[in-house]
Amino acid sequence: MEPQTTDRARSRRERRRGEDRRDRNWYIDKAVQALVFIGGISGILFIIGIFVFITKEGYGFIAETLDIGEFLTSPRWRPTSDHNPTYGALALIAGTTSVTGLAMLVSVPFSLGAAIYIGEFAKGRTRETLKILVELLAAIPSVVWGFIGLSIMNPLIIKTFNVPIGLNVLNSGLILGLMAAPIMTTIAEDALKAVPDTYREAAEALGATKWQVIYRVVLPAGKNGLVAAVLLGVGRGFGETMAVLMASGHSINLPTSVFDSVRALTATIAAELGETAVGSDHYRALFTLGILLFVVTFVINLTADLVVRGIRKK
Amino acid sequence: MVAETPVTASASNARVQTEPTPPFVEVQDLSIHYGGKKILSGVSFDIYENEIFGIIGPANSGKTSFLRALNRMDMFTPGMNVTGTIKIDGHDIQRWKNVYALRRRIGVVFPLPVGLPLSVYDNVALAPRLAGIKRRSELDIIVERCLTRAALWEEVKDRLDSLGSLLSGGQQQRLTIARALSQDPDLLLLDEFSIAVDPVTTMRIEDVLKELKHEITIVLVTNLVQQTRRLSDRTAFLLSGELVEVGETAELFEGKVRDQRTLGYLEGRFG
Ligand SMILES: Nc1ncnc2c1ncn2[C@@H]1O[C@H](COP(=O)(O)OP(=O)(O)OP(=O)(O)O)[C@@H](O)[C@H]1O
Ligand SMILES: [Mg+2]
Repeated sequence: MEPQTTDRARSRRERRRGEDRRDRNWYIDKAVQALVFIGGISGILFIIGIFVFITKEGYGFIAETLDIGEFLTSPRWRPTSDHNPTYGALALIAGTTSVTGLAMLVSVPFSLGAAIYIGEFAKGRTRETLKILVELLAAIPSVVWGFIGLSIMNPLIIKTFNVPIGLNVLNSGLILGLMAAPIMTTIAEDALKAVPDTYREAAEALGATKWQVIYRVVLPAGKNGLVAAVLLGVGRGFGETMAVLMASGHSINLPTSVFDSVRALTATIAAELGETAVGSDHYRALFTLGILLFVVTFVINLTADLVVRGIRKK
Repeated sequence: MVAETPVTASASNARVQTEPTPPFVEVQDLSIHYGGKKILSGVSFDIYENEIFGIIGPANSGKTSFLRALNRMDMFTPGMNVTGTIKIDGHDIQRWKNVYALRRRIGVVFPLPVGLPLSVYDNVALAPRLAGIKRRSELDIIVERCLTRAALWEEVKDRLDSLGSLLSGGQQQRLTIARALSQDPDLLLLDEFSIAVDPVTTMRIEDVLKELKHEITIVLVTNLVQQTRRLSDRTAFLLSGELVEVGETAELFEGKVRDQRTLGYLEGRFG
């Protein structure tokens, strides 16, 4: 062994020992960790805060005045009646559910198809152009969609189906479907893109056709992301207010066909909250609707989470 | 398991040169380009039925590219351009009407294991299912046979339902081999199959390959010179896209080479 090397090694060892102190990078690392923690925690706090606020505003009403049975089973929403106000939310729940349901029926196949085309078939230029177009569609404000529902779809539905009014489940469902589709497409496409190419190659080497690769390998591998995309669309439909308000007809109804006008939970809150006295029964009843929306959204997300977990465990 | 293989004495002793049947794979003047870059320049050789054909050569010599050309993977490698002809079983693969049918005849094992995110069972049952086999009992037999051949059955027989992508690296590689066998190929392409597998398991798989060659023609790309010595009947030496030589493995290792570079590589005097 050459003494020169040993000297070098010794001095290096000395230097490295001296390096064991909390330097700038160490503090930066801690600071960033703290910042990120605050960011994450405050998000959770905000959600809890919102929930507490909504519950507080609605709670007294639920405890004192409201008949839960009536709320969930009666279609009579007459909060402004002078002598006998009733607070039945069934028609509103039915309105939201029917519109969202139709929207999903329209947008899920469309979005998944579009995502598969963009992600698996389209190449180069076509693909980039399509992606930009889809993202542009996602950026259209909901009031514009409502406007389209009101001024284009409405007369179109009246003329095509020969019905007296074109503001109904069909109109708002289609509008909502079109609204939700771009976001669902984008998320679903991301999910497909996250599937490694090695999976595709492995399946192709087995003699799988393009469609077999997608159907047997890519879709199962991207399942979680696809479920997430669909549920995001459902959430979007549930929470959407303006477009539904404009295109649904906004009349209280238990729909029996897609040509019936309906009223959505969200639209009810938006349209009525401004006209109520703070703290009045009507005001608090609207907050109860808010709680209902919150709970439903929570249940959807929880179910999604459990479904995804179930898939993962298997 | 392997005893069922119909092995006749004459088949195992047959010398490839005196084989009366035409070669199973004929490569004529094959060149591969990526973009404008030449990766393989005009190589020609034959691969016979029931032999293990070794391909060796340092990194960047075009071994993997050749395998990709063999099962027409160039179709979805943008920029990859293949010229010359490859005939498999007497048919030019460029003229094959249904490329999927061609690929079903060729099993491929990639250097890095690809356990598909399906259950172990479904990984192996995938190719038979693609080919239209639906009956569970039939699939069960195929799955067990292929996993046994790939020396994996004992380790996974109790967890066939767990995800294939959660197996250890070496197990996933054997799963890949089982999957390649599940399509009942005539031709098996192995690209450095053992880099993620421990030596004991490697030996077990090598034993399986020696049995398999009686029914499947095997092309073995390897960076382990000793592996080609143990396994292959003939060996081709590729260097920077050129075929330096093809010869009987035993003779090459005895030093009967036509090109001194081959000897240099075999003896490890090569950078
Ligand atoms: N998809 C591709 N696009 C462009 N060039 C590629 C592509 N695939 C391989 N190449 C190039 O082809 C050359 C040969 O690669 P190849 O993978 O065939 O070598 P190899 O002999 O298998 O090497 P190794 O022993 O390291 O696996 C390399 O220079 C590589 O960069
Ligand atoms: Mg390689």
